[in-house]
Amino acid sequence: MYDFAPIFPLRERTVPTLTATEIAAIAHLARLSLSEAEVPAYGDSMSRIMALVGELDRAVTTGVEPMSHPLPGQSARLRADVAVAAEPRELLQRNAPRAEAGLYLVPRVIE
Amino acid sequence: MPTVASLAAALQARQISSAELTRQLLGRIEAAQPRLNAFISVTADEAVRAAEAADRRLAAGEAGPLLGVPIAHKDIFCTAGVRTTCASKMLADFVAPYDATVVARLKAAGAVMVGKTNMDEFAMGSSSENSHFGPVANPWNVKRVPGGSSGGSASAVAARLVPAATGTDTGGSIRQPAALCGVTGLKPTYGRVSRYGMIAFASSLDQAGVIATTAEDVALMLQVMAGFDERDSTSVELPVPDYAAALGRPLAGMKIGVLTEFFDSGLDPAIEQTLRAAIDELRRLGATISDVSLPNLPLSVPTYYVVAPAECSSNLARFDGVRYGYRCQNPRDLKDLYERSRGEGFGAEVKRRIMTGTYVLSAGYYDAYYLKAQRVRQLIADDFARAFASVDLLVGPTTPTVAFAHGAGDSDPVTMYLNDIYTIGANLAGLPAISVPCGFAHELPAGMQFLGPHFAEERLLNVAHRYQQATDWHRRAPAGVAS
Repeated sequence: MYDFAPIFPLRERTVPTLTATEIAAIAHLARLSLSEAEVPAYGDSMSRIMALVGELDRAVTTGVEPMSHPLPGQSARLRADVAVAAEPRELLQRNAPRAEAGLYLVPRVIE
Repeated sequence: MPTVASLAAALQARQISSAELTRQLLGRIEAAQPRLNAFISVTADEAVRAAEAADRRLAAGEAGPLLGVPIAHKDIFCTAGVRTTCASKMLADFVAPYDATVVARLKAAGAVMVGKTNMDEFAMGSSSENSHFGPVANPWNVKRVPGGSSGGSASAVAARLVPAATGTDTGGSIRQPAALCGVTGLKPTYGRVSRYGMIAFASSLDQAGVIATTAEDVALMLQVMAGFDERDSTSVELPVPDYAAALGRPLAGMKIGVLTEFFDSGLDPAIEQTLRAAIDELRRLGATISDVSLPNLPLSVPTYYVVAPAECSSNLARFDGVRYGYRCQNPRDLKDLYERSRGEGFGAEVKRRIMTGTYVLSAGYYDAYYLKAQRVRQLIADDFARAFASVDLLVGPTTPTVAFAHGAGDSDPVTMYLNDIYTIGANLAGLPAISVPCGFAHELPAGMQFLGPHFAEERLLNVAHRYQQATDWHRRAPAGVAS
């Protein structure tokens, strides 16, 4: 692999280190359990990623509209608000870890 | 070299039956699997049944460019009755109740699926090492990666296990493995091919495409795959041109811009040498060559690593351990069920991207990261639009290096991400791009990339085909592979 330092001088930047507390907060928002060993490793690698992302500060974006669709002038197509045939529920629920009587089973939510 | 076109002709002429051909390739796949691990699932029984059905259609006088031709699908496309894993523990036992549109169209055309190819988990990676089912090897040197995320498809085509395979490309996942394995790979325009039944990673970037040995074969596959699908809200309602008809057009008068930003200090000089020779060949074929600069293009990698993780964190929220996919043992409560099912079901890179996306979208950071990235993305798209006002196509390398060793990117994900520096631009701007073999560096294949304006697939296939008529790089096969 090549050293991209001349193009992205990331090592010269002050890396914004994500702390263990921040990683735990992000993992909570993302509903991901992490082991204690994973937290510092993600802190390190995500700090590097955010340093790369920091390169965006180089671009002058005053007056530039954020892109909303990769094809100019296009937007997501909407269809008529009518029911269409979908795969039968029994077929879809075959992939459910736990389903019974047409319902998905989860741990008790309300005591 | 057995191509889709030559195999279809042999099948049509009844020189070989689809069942014979399919059994022959299944034998090769079985023999290569311990070395390459290009497949997650080999569907031998289903393949032979489909081949026999194709033989009946051929016997009844039916003709078709893919009828009876064995192909493979990247394991990101849903296949009814055959498991679709996305190379994840999360979906290790998932059997989709329906076919992806791409799968259904190829099936209807009589193509025979022999299996589902290995990949980076949820298409997140550039080496096909991030797979729950083990890493894929490059048939040119099994100690090297095949690229990714469609590494299994590229490895299988390079090893001549199938003449063509489907892939998906979010940041280079078709073109980069095609380049590193010495085969041809096309990422069509955003919206050209339906994404229905293709497991979503980053919905504003994802596009399905093809890996094959020749541009002609890519054209034959794309012809069947492309077209409007009402079940994909990003599918574009435009007629599909006759791609094969465009292949033979002369290149005289075609204006090709050499992307100066792609010849940066990170480009391996040995790859640059093959590229310069390839560009000379284009000139000999009649194309007019000039330099073109896209000043914002080097920012494509940082832009991508905001947009793609943001969309990934949203798309992968659906994997909750409730409706499908992996569920942890003995959850204490609903929160524990979500967190452990996801924490145990996703691999390290997928978790990293979900968290990066969650972070850039979180309160207080959305404007600074996501909106900023979408503004830079617009600048990059504007750069391309300006370039295509003066040239018909752009050309440059597909990758900065040849295939690297397994484990080379383990220590720093950013080093790995930067290897996609030449491919990400096309995804950000929704443009079609193709990688074709253009020589060797350090005894490994190098790829030349052409980028075109939206819906210029005909032009890309035309230039790739003419180049392949004049050169034989795409005919080279790894040692020990019958070409």
